[in-house]
Amino acid sequence: MLNIENLRVNYGGIEAVKGISFSVPKGEIVTLIGANGAGKSTTLRTIAGLVRPRSGTIRFEESDITGLSPDRIVEQGITLVPEGRRVFPDLTVLENLKIGAYLRRDKLDEDIRWVYDLFPRLKERSWQAAGTLSGGEQQMLAVGRALMSRPKLMMMDEPSLGLAPLIVKGIFEIIREINRQGVTILLIEQNANMALHTAHTAHVLETGRLTLSGSGKELLRDEEVRRAYLG
Amino acid sequence: MSKEERLRRGQRITWLLVAALLLLVLVLENVIPPSRMLFPVLKKGAVYALVVVSMNLLNGFTGLFSLGQAGFMLVGAYTYAILTIPTALRDGVYYLYGRSAVHFSLPEMYARLLGSSGLGGAVSLTLGVLTALVCAGLSSALAAWLIGLSVLRLRSDYLGIATLGFGEIIRAIYQWDKLGPITNGANMLKSFPTFTSFNIKNTQGQIVLRLSTLVPLMLAGVCIGIMLLLINSSYGRAFKAIREDEVAAEAMGINLARHKMMAFCTSAFFAGVGGAMLAMYQNQVQAKAFTAAMTYEILLIVVLGGIGSVSGSCIASFLFIASSEWWLRFLDNALYIGGFKVPLLRNGFRLVVFSFIIMIVVLFFRQGLMGSRELPELIAGFWQRKHKAKAGEPHG
Repeated sequence: MLNIENLRVNYGGIEAVKGISFSVPKGEIVTLIGANGAGKSTTLRTIAGLVRPRSGTIRFEESDITGLSPDRIVEQGITLVPEGRRVFPDLTVLENLKIGAYLRRDKLDEDIRWVYDLFPRLKERSWQAAGTLSGGEQQMLAVGRALMSRPKLMMMDEPSLGLAPLIVKGIFEIIREINRQGVTILLIEQNANMALHTAHTAHVLETGRLTLSGSGKELLRDEEVRRAYLG
Repeated sequence: MSKEERLRRGQRITWLLVAALLLLVLVLENVIPPSRMLFPVLKKGAVYALVVVSMNLLNGFTGLFSLGQAGFMLVGAYTYAILTIPTALRDGVYYLYGRSAVHFSLPEMYARLLGSSGLGGAVSLTLGVLTALVCAGLSSALAAWLIGLSVLRLRSDYLGIATLGFGEIIRAIYQWDKLGPITNGANMLKSFPTFTSFNIKNTQGQIVLRLSTLVPLMLAGVCIGIMLLLINSSYGRAFKAIREDEVAAEAMGINLARHKMMAFCTSAFFAGVGGAMLAMYQNQVQAKAFTAAMTYEILLIVVLGGIGSVSGSCIASFLFIASSEWWLRFLDNALYIGGFKVPLLRNGFRLVVFSFIIMIVVLFFRQGLMGSRELPELIAGFWQRKHKAKAGEPHG
């Protein structure tokens, strides 16, 4: 579904991604794990169109989306749940969800109901300003907001960041549930344990290069991965 | 009652309140002598409310810190004046430059179609003024689009500085001698239709129905209403999203450049209409009046009313104008109680007191009058509290 070939990206004056290639098959959960600064976020931001690549191609469902503007990429059916959630704090939960569906011109009621079914807590908080939600609720809202664009591919940047372990578990359950409903997911995580248990396919990214690939279960058993990322 | 219903009720009450106030103004205007201070304050307050809301749309709702408001008002005011000065009076206005380069007047063009006396005259005056006001807005929006192409890439303070510079440059351009036949150089433009032109007179020339205060209020009301519709539409939500978090907004598929430009041009459009209305209020227009100080005054009212609150901007505009032009006037006059001369009261003291009031508000009431809330929400909140009190619940 998503094919990345030889992607190189400069970010903040350094080459953050040094020629990586991987693909995300339709219907799967794919994860990129790696330490801080390995280039994971830059990769996602490049796919979302927020950063321009230096070279390489990004193909999505047969069409080349390399270097398109973010709004064109959202139109294609790719959405990003940004790192640190970044909900719109002074807008209500409902307004946040509506902004997620900004490029759509059809009826939203059904999708709002869908998101509220996935996250009943958001329904209770519908009229509350998003900034007053707890960290876990804000993450739910960030996911719900991304789902409102009816994505084919949802990319998530560190969804477990700064959340209590129990809430992280809940978030990953939701990720699996969303995937079961047909949304392909590309996930990057520092919490390798959770990510590898959830993902069908996983890649290890080290200082801008892919060093290891395999199924989530394989990588969980891999000695090197265990030593470096699972402790 | 759900929150939604309460809010809708709050909105209905607000609209009723506005309609009632307009009706009251219409009655007062025709009962009280027009020399009373109330009327100029209401007129200028309406003009300022429009300009302040247009600035709030940009600074408060879209988060773009722009200081070009006076410049856009100037463009609008001149466009209005140039398009509406009656042809017979043009040579008098432009006497220093021989004659005007513009040889038509919009109300007269309508009058040629509809007739210039009686109802036809009134309709062609109204249509001419409205068309000129729209042109005023469009010319400002065009100016905004041109400078927006380059300055909208700038962030926060830099955008403020660039737009402030634009305001100064546009003032210099409009006073440029070479443009004299169009802008009348540094001299004033006058003799165009003003608010008093809308007072209805009988054939003997006596005023039958005074509308000169209601007209600016209605005009400003319609414009502010259009901006409210925009703010509450999906575009308005996109503006707010840009204000809150540009990166997240971009990731949601909001095209930053296009939406910033849209907010910038819309704000300039209504600032242009406001500038034209200011010209109508003052009966004349001169470029040197549209200084940066005017922009600061407008920004100050935005802050006083609450950044991100339309109703706050409106209320603050009227209060600000009333205080500065009317309620604090007595401070400027020497006052004797018996044989005792009250100290400090003399010409200029009003501005000292006014500055203190503003400092106190800015220091201790950072949120301004309304914060980012709107009047309907406050009314809805009042209902909720009353409802709870009746049910014997504690306030929450």
